[in-house]
Amino acid sequence: MSTLVLTLIIGLGLGALYFLVASGLSLIYGLMHVLNFAHGAFLTLSAFVGWAVAQAIGVSSWGGFLLSVLAGALVGAVFAALTELILIRPLYERHIEQVLVTVGLSFAAIALFEGIWGTDPVTVTGPAWLGQTTSVLGASIPNKYWVLIIAAGIVLAGLVLFLKKTRYGMIIRAGVENRAMVTALGIDVRRSFTLVFAIGGAAAGIGGVLAMHAMTYVSAHLGSTLLIFAFIVTVVGGLGSLTGAAVASVLVAVLQQVANTYLGGTGDFIVVILLAVVLLVRPAGLMGKRA
Amino acid sequence: MRSIRDLLPLIVGAAVVVVLAVLPLLNLSIPGILPGATYTPGSLALMSLCMVFAALALSYNLMLGTAGLLSFGHALYFGAGAYGLGIVLQAAQLPLVPAVFAALLGGIVIAVVTGAVAMRVSGIPFAMVTLAFAQAGSVLVRRNQAVTGGEEGLSLNTAGVPDWLVGVINTRNLYWVSLAVVVVVYLIVLWVDRSRLGHLAAAARENDLRVRVLGLQPNRAKLIVFVIAGLCASLAGIAYLLLQSGTQPSAVGADLTITVLVMVVLGGVGFRWGAIVGGVVYTILDQRLTVLARADAIHQLPDILRVPLSEPLFILGVLFILVVMFLPGGIAGTVDGWVRRRRGRAVPDTGIAALEQSDTAGVVAR
Amino acid sequence: MSAPILQVRNLRASIAGQQVVEDVSFDVPATGITAVLGRNGAGKTSTLRGILGLISRRGEVLLDGERIDALSTHRIVQRGVGYVPEDREVFAGLTVAENLALAERQREPRREFVAQLFPDLIARREQRAGTLSGGQQQMVSVARALLNDNRLLLVDEPTKGLAPKIVTEVADALAEAATTVPMLLVEQNLEVVRRLADQAIVIADGRVVHTGTASAILDDADLTRRLLGVSAEEHA
Repeated sequence: MSTLVLTLIIGLGLGALYFLVASGLSLIYGLMHVLNFAHGAFLTLSAFVGWAVAQAIGVSSWGGFLLSVLAGALVGAVFAALTELILIRPLYERHIEQVLVTVGLSFAAIALFEGIWGTDPVTVTGPAWLGQTTSVLGASIPNKYWVLIIAAGIVLAGLVLFLKKTRYGMIIRAGVENRAMVTALGIDVRRSFTLVFAIGGAAAGIGGVLAMHAMTYVSAHLGSTLLIFAFIVTVVGGLGSLTGAAVASVLVAVLQQVANTYLGGTGDFIVVILLAVVLLVRPAGLMGKRA
Repeated sequence: MRSIRDLLPLIVGAAVVVVLAVLPLLNLSIPGILPGATYTPGSLALMSLCMVFAALALSYNLMLGTAGLLSFGHALYFGAGAYGLGIVLQAAQLPLVPAVFAALLGGIVIAVVTGAVAMRVSGIPFAMVTLAFAQAGSVLVRRNQAVTGGEEGLSLNTAGVPDWLVGVINTRNLYWVSLAVVVVVYLIVLWVDRSRLGHLAAAARENDLRVRVLGLQPNRAKLIVFVIAGLCASLAGIAYLLLQSGTQPSAVGADLTITVLVMVVLGGVGFRWGAIVGGVVYTILDQRLTVLARADAIHQLPDILRVPLSEPLFILGVLFILVVMFLPGGIAGTVDGWVRRRRGRAVPDTGIAALEQSDTAGVVAR
Repeated sequence: MSAPILQVRNLRASIAGQQVVEDVSFDVPATGITAVLGRNGAGKTSTLRGILGLISRRGEVLLDGERIDALSTHRIVQRGVGYVPEDREVFAGLTVAENLALAERQREPRREFVAQLFPDLIARREQRAGTLSGGQQQMVSVARALLNDNRLLLVDEPTKGLAPKIVTEVADALAEAATTVPMLLVEQNLEVVRRLADQAIVIADGRVVHTGTASAILDDADLTRRLLGVSAEEHA
């Protein structure tokens, strides 16, 4: 029983992490039809900077931790916004080239990170509480997962509020449905593009700092492994759907953990099967628009 | 009666192959690019690697340029060839030739299964499925230490391999094997492009609906092209295993596919010789830039310049971005444009720009 | 006779490389409704979309004497061009109120005017636009264009697929709107055209083949049959 509880809660925590990374991807694709391969690079840079900030202030202090998360969000947002302005915007409406340019950016960024910070993973520590466990129904849950769940919850709530209550949020919701009509109402969607990239980058940045603590290391390739899962989650949930991304994150992560625990470490494999099955049965994703 | 004009590309091609075949016997030096004279094992190994990747790039160009299939999992078939041969040689103790056939067969089967599943969807979902399959393959390889050697990689079990293909002294023979592989792959790709199958796939790439309205079945053509491309990739993978005397998990994952994508885009999507150029240029840059980076000139630069310049992948990534943004036809597309302009002919969209105009782009953007 | 509000000169437009407007030139007077007639596939919708820059186009388009053919869509609309697209294109996931709010461009939009024309919409403010009937969606689409002080409205088949009673309501709304702003109206329903339109142009195969007053064209049964393929009485 305690194993089941542990598996489920870790699955939820991992799902929270996937959501942080996938939420931005989903919104970016939904509005701009750009599959952002550089999303992992946003995440990695945010983690490195977050770690530097935490070290400057004090790795075991909560102040340092919170500031590192904030720094991660900021770095992610800025990196993403710059990417959109310099690389994506000039290629307006050329979707294949936009995807390719993000591939190139990811390529170059990872190489640059290796050059700056080396190829070996850097061990990361945080406030003592993160490394401890809490007992729930007989299972010892590592506390870092609570942080992930709380952070994802806050980000989800923030995003939903933003989308429902602000004018930009309304523009983005409308733009995901029908971008051309939004321009036909006299609205410059391109500003929303930069905004969506920045928001996605911030969420990825938060995810990056937290992922670093969850895995207790940071390296140039931190983003790449997470990115693949984020892609899978985005496609399973339905490209462009925030709720879809949330549901799919939990589904994929829990399934992965269950398979790892009870089916002998086949978690990664099962996730790929899930993706194939979903795509064969419902190509638009669980909550995507029907094609 | 075929005119000399028609036969010219054939003659040029044959001449190039002859020159390449003869290189290991010559004492040519290309300083900066080759580590030594053309008969030295170091240079031969580099040139062989170039040809293996040129073959891989050709196979990917067949998929992307001809059939318009944006796959992010092509490395799976390359790895299937490499690991397939390695595992068969180790486990089944077969001699080389049957083992190669077994590995190729394995590659075909994997390509058919994954291709059939992936092609149930198109555009971005298709790309994602292929990516996921490659990742699954990478995970399978990494976790099954007993069979695949896990993270360390699989080394070539030389028991079944004829002596003349083993060892540094025989790099020359491996060079000729690699040359044979790239020539075979080129001929296969050429044949497909010129055949009805290739024309059908290309037409479907441009305008899927029009092809269906004509009562034809574009998906079957695309699947066949997909499988042939996978087969060629497996062949390249086999040569890779022999050349490197082993293989490692990075030969299977998404990273390698992205690498191949970079090669093909740099070279020029849709151009066979572009794919070859892309494969060769990439391999040389990747292998030689690390050496160049250690040179004193770079070493003395301030950190902010030195660090990026000593990472070959950074330079390649930036080059890739520049090509995509400003030269979407790649090297081959740009040269093709010059030649056409000089002849006063119209310059059609090439490379990525051509793909943007085709159905592929519309599907990707959905 | 005042200057035309819109002048189109040698407009060419294409969709995904396919030429859909070959060479279209016409003027839209500064008052009243100008109908765009033609068979299916003649290029009427594409002409409108070309004027707005929603599809790739070449040629000259002047709004009140100023060139707009090089501007992007949102800039053209900001200059005072309202658009009521074919098939309504309301945002299904947004409420009626949100659909309207999105369209508001000026500090004081004409909310009372719209409320008076479409009281039903005001009652359904919080309803998701995707759950509205076709006629109600059409009202939203028209209302969007009327909220701002536009100089010209481009209206594309507003009565398509609607029940006769709703057709009348939509036509009423458009007639009312036309008292304040000139309109370029693509319409297949010839009764509506006869009721609303002053001038008319006929498009075939991406070119203008006839211009004149609406009544002159519709009163001439032979002309109508030749240009539009139907008789004026049948197609109502």
